[in-house]
Amino acid sequence: MIDREQVLHVARLARLELSEAELERMSEELSGILEHLDRISALDLDGVDPTSHVVALENVLRADVPWESLPRERALEQAPDRDDGAFRVPSPQA
Amino acid sequence: MTTENGWRQRYEPVIGLEIHVQLSTRTKMFCGCELSFGEQPNLHTCPICLAHPGSLPVTNEQAVRYALQIALALDCEIAPRSIFHRKNYFYPDNPKAYQISQYDIPLATAGRLGDVRIHRVHLEEDAAKLVHVSASGRIHGSGSSLVDFNRGGTPLVEIVTEPDLDDPATAREWLQLLRTTIKQIGVSDVNMEEGSLRCDANVSLRPVGADALGVKAELKNMNSFRFLERGINAELERQAALLDAEEQVEQETLHFDPRSGELTPLRSKEYAHDYRYFPEPDLVPLAPTEAMLSEARESLPELPASRRERYLAELELADKQATQLAFDADLGAYFEAALAAADGTTPKVIANWVTGELVASLREAKADDADPASSRVSPDALAKLAGMVERKEISTGAARRVLATLVAEGGDPTRIVEREGLGQLDDSGELEAIVARAVESDPEAAARVRDGNMKAIGPLVGFVMRETKGRADGGEVTRLIRERLGLG
Repeated sequence: MIDREQVLHVARLARLELSEAELERMSEELSGILEHLDRISALDLDGVDPTSHVVALENVLRADVPWESLPRERALEQAPDRDDGAFRVPSPQA
Repeated sequence: MTTENGWRQRYEPVIGLEIHVQLSTRTKMFCGCELSFGEQPNLHTCPICLAHPGSLPVTNEQAVRYALQIALALDCEIAPRSIFHRKNYFYPDNPKAYQISQYDIPLATAGRLGDVRIHRVHLEEDAAKLVHVSASGRIHGSGSSLVDFNRGGTPLVEIVTEPDLDDPATAREWLQLLRTTIKQIGVSDVNMEEGSLRCDANVSLRPVGADALGVKAELKNMNSFRFLERGINAELERQAALLDAEEQVEQETLHFDPRSGELTPLRSKEYAHDYRYFPEPDLVPLAPTEAMLSEARESLPELPASRRERYLAELELADKQATQLAFDADLGAYFEAALAAADGTTPKVIANWVTGELVASLREAKADDADPASSRVSPDALAKLAGMVERKEISTGAARRVLATLVAEGGDPTRIVEREGLGQLDDSGELEAIVARAVESDPEAAARVRDGNMKAIGPLVGFVMRETKGRADGGEVTRLIRERLGLG
């Protein structure tokens, strides 16, 4: 069971603000997911590699050749704020 | 600084380094935006390195090749299959809110460079550059930050050592060896001031003789070799004082301020080491093929450690000289070029001229940064000069004068010798006449030498050297003076 404190911790790491009702619901849903994983863990999985990828591909690589980058105006178009060609954000040190 | 080194009797430092190297590929790690340095902000961005929704990263082949070269140069075991992970954190230097890195299966492990074991080598991407600006007239903390994504996504190789270093000066020397090694491979500029080589240090103390490691602090931002040594020293002093006062060392991250020499803790909440790594679903595994590995292996040049061995064993250079030439990439390249140009001159003689007279006279002439490669003295000219000295065509004194001319204006030593009449006096009749005059001009000194006071020979030799403009061989002059005074 995922308790309230753990949900708050994960929410904080993800920068999410949850209401009381959401906290309750998340606690149940996350616990459900972990229970499912417990069921998988109960299986005999000796010799089965963990699955990190579901496509059977390796070494998909790109040649080191420059492409044209976005014009700066275009790159900054959706910036909430800007200053002198840079994205301007609230200081994380504040 | 009031350094009380008494604690060194009681505690033993344990130091490990974590090094980040920016690779000098043409494009970024996961997109085709060109790498740049010192340009206007945000000229090199695209939907991938700006993390626009729906964009997908593709790994740069050259970055993989470079990383394999580094791993092989560090004698690592290459993982048959490694994967990328997402390292999740929120900070405006990373628009995806995760850095693509490697986690439990890195590219390479279990290597060694010199006396230090390498724990792991992996590939990742660099963050964007943040410039913090304070709102005008307000105190610190109320400002905003400007984000420049030009650097965001630059390929990085992270190298983590085992905690095998036990002294700040040794740590500095080892980092220099690593830097030269990587520079020699030609996969990075490895410039600490510009940030293409960055080093963090994990530092702890344990009682002398203990096996268990003490609590460590992580030092960041030591952007020069000098600061690395100073930062570690400062932290060791701090920890020793805590331990002596029977207080706990807290596991924390400290930021080194080169201006004050002080270490300030980074606020732990911002840097919580809770990264919730998980495999990057957008990138398939890396499984270096035999072809990729042998290509990387074959393109490795001679590296400092084996170059040093060769200098010692084959060229019979002195230990210090071999190390200097092998570990200083620029000086080593110069020496190699001079060796290649030399016509039968003993390598040791050339090495002496490169590491001794050349370096000294460049420093004296305050040539830009005393870098032989950018000086007026070509390796060819230096080899020729050393050869002339070895064959006794000119005296050492005359050779020094030729070198001074070379440093000032370059040119061909043979011509300079001819032009300035610096050839060795091989006409012993002429030299004997000058020796005779020397003895006559200073009868007092001559008498003292005759009575067995060899120190008194100095003024007599000096006279001959002045008269011959340093062209005479010192040993020969001494011999002739002794002969003249009946001491032969």
